Amino acid sequence: MTSTIIDFENVTKEYPDGTVAIEDISFSVEEGTTTVFVGPSGCGKTTTMKLVNRLEELTSGKIYYDGQEIRSLDKIDLRRNIGYVIQEIGLFDHMTVAENVGMVPTLLEWDRARIDDRVDELLDLMDLPAETYRDQHPMELSGGQRQRVGVARALAADPDVMLMDEPFGALDPITREKLQDEFLEIQAQIDKTILFVTHDIDEALKMGDKIAIYRNGQIVQYDTPKEILTNPANDFVREFIGSDRLIKELKFMTAGDVMDETADVTGKTLSELGAAGVEFARNGQGYLTVERSETTHVALMKIYEGHVEGVLVTEGEEVVGTVTEADLKRNLSEGR
Amino acid sequence: MQLSVPYVSFFVERFDEILALTVEHVEIIAVAMGLAIPIGVTVGVLISFNERVASTVIWLTGIMMTIPSIALFGLLIPVLGIGSPPVIFALVMYSQLPIVRNTYTGISQVADAQTEVGEGMGMTRKQRLRYVQLPIALPVIMAGLRNAVIIIVGVAAIGAFIGAGGLGDLIFKGIRLQNMNMIVVTTVVLSLLALTLDYGLGVVEQLLRLHNGEEIERAKLTHAIWSVIA
Ligand SMILES: Nc1ncnc2c1ncn2[C@@H]1O[C@H](COP(=O)(O)OP(=O)(O)OP(=O)(O)O)[C@@H](O)[C@H]1O
Ligand SMILES: [Mg+2]
Repeated sequence: MTSTIIDFENVTKEYPDGTVAIEDISFSVEEGTTTVFVGPSGCGKTTTMKLVNRLEELTSGKIYYDGQEIRSLDKIDLRRNIGYVIQEIGLFDHMTVAENVGMVPTLLEWDRARIDDRVDELLDLMDLPAETYRDQHPMELSGGQRQRVGVARALAADPDVMLMDEPFGALDPITREKLQDEFLEIQAQIDKTILFVTHDIDEALKMGDKIAIYRNGQIVQYDTPKEILTNPANDFVREFIGSDRLIKELKFMTAGDVMDETADVTGKTLSELGAAGVEFARNGQGYLTVERSETTHVALMKIYEGHVEGVLVTEGEEVVGTVTEADLKRNLSEGR
Repeated sequence: MQLSVPYVSFFVERFDEILALTVEHVEIIAVAMGLAIPIGVTVGVLISFNERVASTVIWLTGIMMTIPSIALFGLLIPVLGIGSPPVIFALVMYSQLPIVRNTYTGISQVADAQTEVGEGMGMTRKQRLRYVQLPIALPVIMAGLRNAVIIIVGVAAIGAFIGAGGLGDLIFKGIRLQNMNMIVVTTVVLSLLALTLDYGLGVVEQLLRLHNGEEIERAKLTHAIWSVIA
């Protein structure tokens, strides 16, 4: 079912001055997912992005885009098919917001009216009302607004793949969190393949379907956030996650990640449980539930505050599993 | 006040002639700039691809400026005859240094990061020039044009010596006839012409900067025009 859209096979990049930025890297990115590249400064994350759109040429190994070796593809076409949000924003200050966002469509020679419509649509999507922001220059905007324009510009020609190099790196924590949330919502609508760079592990855990942890030009672990949190490959990863691993697990692992799907309440609705007189997860107020996508933190809070042994995990009307204190203990690393 | 009366009456009496010569002068400059701009900008763009070539070319355009105009006319007459052709040729040469140099500087000062953004979104080299480098460099190029115009307003006056016409005619006539009024008034008109062109092009430069979203101190005229078009 799932197919990979970007594949790295033993890729090495050595810059002309002899710096080996990445060495013998292999990974595959599945279509429609977000893969986050995270690691300390200078470990080769930006280089990895630039190899994908061929701003840099690889030294050895192979990179495939949708099954084709990228060196066999036309650079210009390839780049117009890949949205690129660069580190430090990189808007054109001499152009208006609309000109920035409409740049790739202009290069693709869309007609004027279509470009205008697309620009307005994207600005509205990014919560920058078009009438107000079209004709402003980037310098007149706040950091957060500039980042939104950067994302809108990368999305303009509806590329299949987006490279986002620390897109929220320069923002204060509050704005950053807001943009992350918005972007997750947008991603759910647009369903692009995203390669996302950050040096912030929390951002990686939040945004990524898969996370590649870099160290000195090599990938030390390539896994889902859950695996990274619960099974760090080595001490470097463990240290990178930090001493508050348990808190991160509670924050980033969802009820769906830890739930027990075998309990006999699964498949039933709450009213059915009520009718059958099931006492599990029930207190004076009724049944305690969490959504599948809610965090384990929420589940834990409900268990403690509601004085119950566990909560029901629901999806719509239906119960899809249960989370008990024991499930949390078993799944969260500190309990082992 | 007393002193200026003869100048004013000279100006009023010969107004038609002065006006006609001013128009002629401006025409010579316009033709010269019309040729000099495409040549200079093209050269400036081409040398921006190679630093070594760039410094050599800019050095050469500097050398051209050191040739005295009278000597240059003398060298050109055997080839181009007398009248406006050798003068226009010389004006084009003299305007190359500021135009080429400013085009080159303007383009090279565009941050690598900005051109790389263009490259990353799939711009060809030509498109990078068109959408990124030239628009950012334009105000600097404009400043070069301003420079060039000031230089050639003066040189064009000397061109009258070999029959190109323009305001220089009146100056040479004034020298021959030892007519002080004629020399002074013509010189003032020439200076005013240079200042007006300088101011006008300065306003264009500011408009380009505003168009690029820069925050600048605006001349009154810039402000007026900008509020009409923006
Ligand atoms: N053009 C270049 N020429 C030579 N060395 C380079 C070049 N670009 C990057 N490097 C080097 O390659 C290594 C990896 O750089 P890269 O920019 O990919 O790191 P990064 O992970 O993106 O870092 P950061 O988090 O600071 O952005 C670094 O040692 C860097 O100094
Ligand atoms: Mg980087």
